[in-house]
Amino acid sequence: MSFRTPLKQALGLGASHSGTSRWWAQRVSSVALVPLLIWLIIGIVRHGGADYTDAQAWLSSPITAVLTILTLVASFYHGALGMQVIVEDYVSHETVQLALVVLVKFAAMVLAVAGIFAVLLVALGG
Amino acid sequence: MAKFRLPANSRIQSGRHHPAPVGAKNVKVFKVYRWSPDQGGNPRLDTYEIDRDSCGSMVLDALIKIKNELDSTLTFRRSCREGVCGSCAMNIAGRNTLACTKPIDGIEGEIRVYPLPSLPVIKDLVPDMTHFYAQYASIKPWLQAKTPTPPNRERLQSREDRAKLDGLYECILCACCTTGCPSWWWNSKRYLGPAVLLQAQRWLADSRDEATGERLDDLEDSFKLYRCHTIMNCVEVCPKGLNPAQAIARIKGRLLVRG
Repeated sequence: MSFRTPLKQALGLGASHSGTSRWWAQRVSSVALVPLLIWLIIGIVRHGGADYTDAQAWLSSPITAVLTILTLVASFYHGALGMQVIVEDYVSHETVQLALVVLVKFAAMVLAVAGIFAVLLVALGG
Repeated sequence: MAKFRLPANSRIQSGRHHPAPVGAKNVKVFKVYRWSPDQGGNPRLDTYEIDRDSCGSMVLDALIKIKNELDSTLTFRRSCREGVCGSCAMNIAGRNTLACTKPIDGIEGEIRVYPLPSLPVIKDLVPDMTHFYAQYASIKPWLQAKTPTPPNRERLQSREDRAKLDGLYECILCACCTTGCPSWWWNSKRYLGPAVLLQAQRWLADSRDEATGERLDDLEDSFKLYRCHTIMNCVEVCPKGLNPAQAIARIKGRLLVRG
C-alpha cells in the first residue's frame, strides 16, 4: 500500500532544469546535416567507380577533408542524441536506460573518431 | 520496457449480443467495451443493435439509449451533452473524442466504443483520471502575482493581451489529446502530456501572471516537456479544435530565448 498522494507522484523528482540545449542541439545539427549530406552524396556519386588514387586525390583536397570530417562529427552527434531519445522513450528500467545511453554515446564517439582517423589517414597519404 | 501488447488480464473477449428490436429498419451496431470490478475477469466487447430512427444524432444519444432501453448496467460519464464539460471523452471508432459531439452518421459500419486509452479502467467507459488531474495540479494552474491586487479594481489586461489566450483558454481538460499521445503512453509517469502543457502555456501567455520564470523552471526537463516529439495526435483529436503541439512549441521557444 502506497500512501503517496497523486500530486506527490506527478511532481516526481521535480524538473531537471535542463533539456533545452539538448533539444536545440538536435535541431541545429539536423539543419547542418542537410547541406553536408547533400554535398557528401553528390561527392560519392561523382566518384562512384573511381579507383583508390582518384578517391585519395579527392579526399586530399582540404575542402573535401574538412567537410567530410564535419559530416562525420555532425552525423554521429545527431545520431547519438536521437538514439538517446529513443532509449529514454522505450526503455523504462532506470539502470538499463542509463547504461544504454552511455553505450550509445561511447559507440558514437568511437565510430566518429574512427571515421575521422580514416579520413586523415587517406587524406594525408595513407 | 514499453509494452506493445496488452497484459493477459486486459485482453478483450467477445461479449453479449443485444439484438435490434423487431421491426427496426435502420439498425446501427455498437460494440462497447465492458469491464466491471465486481465481476472481474477480462474485459469484453458487447454488441448492441439500436434502431437509428428512434435515436438522437450523437454517439452519446446512442449510449444513453442503450442504458435506458437495452442494458442499464452500461456505465459512462456524461454531463453537459454539448462539448463543454469534457466528461464523455472516450475512444469512438478508433479516435479519442467527445461522445456528445460525435455524430453517429459520420461513422461507417459498426461503431466501436472504448474508454480513453492508457488509463486504468474503473468500470466500462469510465477511466481513472487521477494522475492526469494531478499532473494538471502540478503546473499550478492559477494566476500567480507578486504585485498585490489593486484595491479598487481588477488586474487589467489589454484586448491584445487577452487575445493571446485564445486557443488556450478553451481547453476543457477532457484528456482526449493526452491519452491519444504515444509519448504519454510510454512515459506518462514523467511526461506532462499535451493537455497539461497547453494549460501551462495558457499561464505563461497570461499578461497578468508574474511567475513566468518559475513556471519555465518547473517545465524545463527532458521528460516533463521534451518528451513531446511533435507526433501531432493531440491536434488530430482535440474535440475543441485546439493545437496543443503549437502551445508546446511556444514553451520550447520561450526556454530557448531565455537561454
